Amino acid sequence: MMTDANNMLDAKNAHELNKNSGLKAIGSWALEYIVTIIFVLFVLLGFAVSKDVSLNYFFSELNSRVFRNAFLVLSLIIPVLAGLGLNFGIVIGAMSGQTAVAIARYYGLGGVSALLLCSVMSFFFAGLCGYFTGKLYNKTRGQEMIASLIVGYFANGIYQFLFLFVVGVIIKVPATHPMIKPDGIGIRMTVDLMPVNKGGLKYALDNVYKIPFMHALLILALAILLVLAIRYWQNIRRGHAHKNRPMTFAFNILMCLVIAGISAHAIITKSSLMMIPKVPVVTGLLIIGLCFFTEWIMKTKLGQDFRSVGQSQHIAEVSGINVDRTRIIATMISTILASWGQLIYLQNMGTLNTYNAHTQIGLFSVAALLVGGASTSRASIKNALFGTILFNAMFIMSPEIGKSLFGQPALGEYFRTFMVYGVIGLALGLYVWKANKKNKIVIE
Amino acid sequence: MSDSTVKADLSYHLKSALSGVGIPTIIIALFWVLTLFGGHFVGISIQSLLSDTLKRAGMNAVLVLAMVPAIQSGTGPNFALPIGIECGLFAMVCSIEMGLMGVPWLLCSAALCIPLAVISGYAYGKLLNAVKGSEMTIATYTGFSVTALLALAWLTLPFTNPKMGWMMGTGLRETIQLDAVGAAQILNNFMMFSIGGVDVPTGLFLVFGVLALLVWLFFRSKMGIAISAGGINPKFALAAGLNIDRNRIWANVLSTVLGALGIIIYSQSFGYAQLYTAPLLMAFPAVAAILVGGASASRANVSNVVIGVFLLQGLFTTSLPVTNELFRGTDLSEIMRMVVQNGIILYALTQVKRGG
Repeated sequence: MMTDANNMLDAKNAHELNKNSGLKAIGSWALEYIVTIIFVLFVLLGFAVSKDVSLNYFFSELNSRVFRNAFLVLSLIIPVLAGLGLNFGIVIGAMSGQTAVAIARYYGLGGVSALLLCSVMSFFFAGLCGYFTGKLYNKTRGQEMIASLIVGYFANGIYQFLFLFVVGVIIKVPATHPMIKPDGIGIRMTVDLMPVNKGGLKYALDNVYKIPFMHALLILALAILLVLAIRYWQNIRRGHAHKNRPMTFAFNILMCLVIAGISAHAIITKSSLMMIPKVPVVTGLLIIGLCFFTEWIMKTKLGQDFRSVGQSQHIAEVSGINVDRTRIIATMISTILASWGQLIYLQNMGTLNTYNAHTQIGLFSVAALLVGGASTSRASIKNALFGTILFNAMFIMSPEIGKSLFGQPALGEYFRTFMVYGVIGLALGLYVWKANKKNKIVIE
Repeated sequence: MSDSTVKADLSYHLKSALSGVGIPTIIIALFWVLTLFGGHFVGISIQSLLSDTLKRAGMNAVLVLAMVPAIQSGTGPNFALPIGIECGLFAMVCSIEMGLMGVPWLLCSAALCIPLAVISGYAYGKLLNAVKGSEMTIATYTGFSVTALLALAWLTLPFTNPKMGWMMGTGLRETIQLDAVGAAQILNNFMMFSIGGVDVPTGLFLVFGVLALLVWLFFRSKMGIAISAGGINPKFALAAGLNIDRNRIWANVLSTVLGALGIIIYSQSFGYAQLYTAPLLMAFPAVAAILVGGASASRANVSNVVIGVFLLQGLFTTSLPVTNELFRGTDLSEIMRMVVQNGIILYALTQVKRGG
């Protein structure tokens, strides 16, 4: 009898314990992804309260924004893995890209070939700038993130010196040129990049080949389906069947099928979803290409070096890796990728906001990456892509919420700014707090 | 004593004096002198340049002073200065709402901002203790977030005084004229006199002098010394039985209070209270100023404040008319401000020793 009762008590205790640890697990999971959860809830709230946001409007806005920004967000991954933290210094890459575009515009070059030339030019500009930024990060070890923010401001000063003073005072330019200010000194605030069919850069990449959004969605869903199936089958064939998680697999397959089904239905019935603007295929392929490039480089010797330097600079040094050099290379790659990302951004915008286009790039891209569930030391392609989508969804919904809840779109815009800063602060703060707590436990 | 030993002696003294002065201080001082001469050659009177310098330095001095406690306690320069600034702005706006004018307005603002700043400084100090090792980055984003949050508050809080609202719609104006409450330059004009054409804003300097003296005395008190000790070597201070976490919190409370008082002094001299995004980047010139004065990211004192604020603000104020005269149609002084200010902060960051 006694043992029975004891057993029962034990079982009960164990049950309680399980429940507690279950709750704890959920709690720590929620803490881990708190930023993501806040954003998902915010976007859902937006849909709930605002009446005049149609699904069409939402998707067309999201569509163009994601294609514009994804490349920039992806350029942040490598420095994170190499232990440099979130590289706010990608604004320097963005400035390099803009310098290349300004040169092309000045000589009236246009089309895909001009864009290629721009990418070559910005490769060298950004590579050089990235080299010096990397050197700086090596000198400010442990404070890279604040250094990267401030070096962005610093570089902005030099950029303005080039564009407002050197152009005009030192390099003489004709005042009649459409991108030069009327008094002949400096470049205008906004420079029209001219549509690509009129010999400009606007949509030079986007307009190469476009397909309807729903077709793209269908192809993407089927492609993911195929990749998932091949991976599942390969795992079985190689005897890694335990790596397969049937439930997750089934869920993913189901999601893909649902999306494919919806798009097929929309295509066949020509429903209103077909009104969503077309998708720029080449831009999309470049983004996918960068995903593969990032995956690939992390598998090379260099990528392994990035990882070991990211984990412990000391151990990496001892095992014969040139830590300083590796960190500089990571910064250079990130800066160059960011400059190309800015080219994609600019050709889509169609105008060069000479003194404003780059200032927010660092903040927004970092916020997007963090929203996707990344942290100071951990980031993946999934984080970047998901984060870009979610962050831009917030951007679209924020003024709508301000309008429908308070009758003031301006409120939504301030709220948006608050979300950007708040997200970065919260994510970084939580990360350090958790790391410090772990250290304390280890010491005790 | 022979001639050569005197020379050697002199050069030794010069060297030791110079080694105490940092590279940024020397560079900025040289630049300032250069722009002053430049101004003289293009025909701007040095008196007016110096008058402006005194005014700008006095206006910014308390904001720079706010850096001292934070740096001494080991949390690094207070990049979250906007927290204190927003407390000061809130107090000013509330005082206007109460319908106060002139000196009572000023006193009420100062009295109101202190409790606000103590509370928020305490919370901020707690936050900094949770994120040891990355204080500067987190502080920057905390300051940014608070600025954005307060922008929402300015837009939604039900203030009704017509001196602050828009003509139509709700929310406060971006800049509130302090002329309207009779408080513009109220401190500057107190006992103002001029020597050889240079105006000296006595009241401004008196207030700064009193606050600087208080901070100086505070760091000679038992608590002040404990704070400095925790900043120099936390492990040693811990072993000596000091409560470092508590000291860090009090240092940041003091810093936030000074920030709040600083913006009131700044605004009355400027003549406008600037709301919304204006406080966002205000921490950076203050950080740069104290670094120019010879402080590092971990050591600072009141003399660094005085030297730094005069040199940096002197350079910024003189360069504006001088470069405008030299290169018409350009905005070189604004560009120089960005490069100099951020370059100095970067230089200081490269000097930070990695904490064990």
